[in-house]
Amino acid sequence: MPTIVDIKNLRKAYDGGFEALKGVTLEIREGEILALLGPNGAGKTTLISTVCGITMPTDGTVTVGGHDTVTDYRAARAMIGLVPQEINLEPFEKVINTVRFSRGLFGRKPDDAALEKVLRQLSLWDKKDSQIRALSGGMKRRVLIAKALAHDPRVLFLDEPTAGVDVELRKDMWEIVAGLKADGVTIILTTHYIEEAEAIADRIGVIAKGELLLVEDKAKLMARMGKKQLEVQLTQPIEAIPAALQSDALTLSKDGSALIYSYDTRGERTGITKLLADVAAAGLVLADLVTRQSSLEDIFVDLVHDDNKSDTKLGGEGVA
Amino acid sequence: MNWTAIYSIFSFEMARFFRTIAQSILSPVLSTSLYFVVFGAAIGSRIQEVEGVSYGAFIVPGLIMLSVITQSISNASFGIYFPKFIGTIFELLSAPISFIEIVIGYVGAAALKALFIGVIILITAFFFVDISIAHPFAMVAFLVLTCISFALMGFIIGIWAGNFEQLQLVPLLIVTPLVFLGGSFYSISMLPPVWQTISHFNPVVYLISGFRWAFFGTADVPILTSLMAIGLFTSTCLAVIWWIFRTGWRIRQ
Ligand SMILES: Nc1ncnc2c1ncn2[C@@H]1O[C@H](COP(=O)(O)OP(=O)(O)OP(=O)(O)O)[C@@H](O)[C@H]1O
Ligand SMILES: [Mg+2]
Repeated sequence: MPTIVDIKNLRKAYDGGFEALKGVTLEIREGEILALLGPNGAGKTTLISTVCGITMPTDGTVTVGGHDTVTDYRAARAMIGLVPQEINLEPFEKVINTVRFSRGLFGRKPDDAALEKVLRQLSLWDKKDSQIRALSGGMKRRVLIAKALAHDPRVLFLDEPTAGVDVELRKDMWEIVAGLKADGVTIILTTHYIEEAEAIADRIGVIAKGELLLVEDKAKLMARMGKKQLEVQLTQPIEAIPAALQSDALTLSKDGSALIYSYDTRGERTGITKLLADVAAAGLVLADLVTRQSSLEDIFVDLVHDDNKSDTKLGGEGVA
Repeated sequence: MNWTAIYSIFSFEMARFFRTIAQSILSPVLSTSLYFVVFGAAIGSRIQEVEGVSYGAFIVPGLIMLSVITQSISNASFGIYFPKFIGTIFELLSAPISFIEIVIGYVGAAALKALFIGVIILITAFFFVDISIAHPFAMVAFLVLTCISFALMGFIIGIWAGNFEQLQLVPLLIVTPLVFLGGSFYSISMLPPVWQTISHFNPVVYLISGFRWAFFGTADVPILTSLMAIGLFTSTCLAVIWWIFRTGWRIRQ
């Protein structure tokens, strides 16, 4: 897939001198959903704001559809829709008026049919004449999305679209995003919810302290870093791991009732057969076997807490 | 130029004004009527005539200027400050428009609203006093230029202001005193010589004087000086706007 947003070595230092982005390079492919994960203050909003023109880059370049966002900002910005993190709306304005305003602001001729389509897509059509202050928080967020979509953008930035949104509405939001993707819109969303990235993204980027730690295909990421655990539950608790079984991959659970074996799905051999044979040879009796796959959450926590960013492997300790 | 965008900003701002149209018309009509009752009837009965014009008629240009100047400033400063305050400015910054287009949209709307108020006051005045306008074109030109230049100034204040107090500060501490001391209700020539000299440092004197000339053909200062004064003021505001545009001051980090 061709690149639609090309971010090269982007740096942003705020007025106080604080460097919120420390040279981010990222190619976003046309039609994909890219989820950006990162802790509070990582620089997710700064990255989006700098691409969209709300803040000026200190260094580096961004192009959208081949148009530089600084020198050719009109063409670049015309392709972008932005849904900000904060709910910034005029309380006394009617829904339809703010959406109409957004379309005009992007230089598009009035087109009530297009606006109706957007509002219906977001289940806002019957609220079109309501004042914004009379809407619930979830609906206000939809209004923000409607405003961002009012000029038919090719690229949509969603900054934490599901923050503070209940489970049902979150699922709705995922459907909306899936619908937009089906229309060919490229979507970049930030989130703190790892299940969200896991559920809807094609690729996942992890950002921390102004640096992009990795961007990878979700499935590959899961497979590459996916670590599995086998829990061998014993009928009788033991004090210590028998000498014959000692290995780095094996730990004993706190109460001594289970052996926890970590293995790598990438490996040619998992070593499970040998382990089970050794367990039997050691005279231990099995009660049950449980396997667990580490989730993206584990990977994420690990990455962000890892000071050495090149070392993206998971450690040997078991994960809860 | 993205005219569609300019029109969007402009009409969005005008819609805000027309939503409260009754209030928008009523308050200038009421306050003008009060001025006529207080100044025209109470003081006017003692002053009779100023420079050959009845006192009631004499204060009309000053009254219009007073309202038009304060309205231009407050409309424009509020117009751009409000999006900053509630955060909707993000949309202006991320739209494919330049700062100049933002200025035209907001300042245009603010100036037109003020002009509208000015016309309403003029119409109200016709009910109270006899006035004839000696130089109608000059009158309109002066009025329009005043609306635009003070709307530009208001826009600058709105960009600069970090809170609502600051938004009120410049109009309250600088503009209102200058306008009241600018000869709205008296002729500068009625003042003692010292105050006449001091008054010549008040830019508003030139505006009101020029505007009064358009009505009655008489003025405190030569009409050319008035034109130069308003030209200078407008250019200064434009220069500041240009500087804000170049540096992104208080807008884009
Ligand atoms: N206008 C600003 N002036 C100075 N520093 C800023 C400004 N905006 C953000 N920062 C700083 O830049 C860093 C990145 O902030 P940013 O908002 O991009 O983080 P984020 O990843 O979006 O966080 P969150 O998940 O909390 O939204 C933070 O340390 C923040 O304090
Ligand atoms: Mg953020």
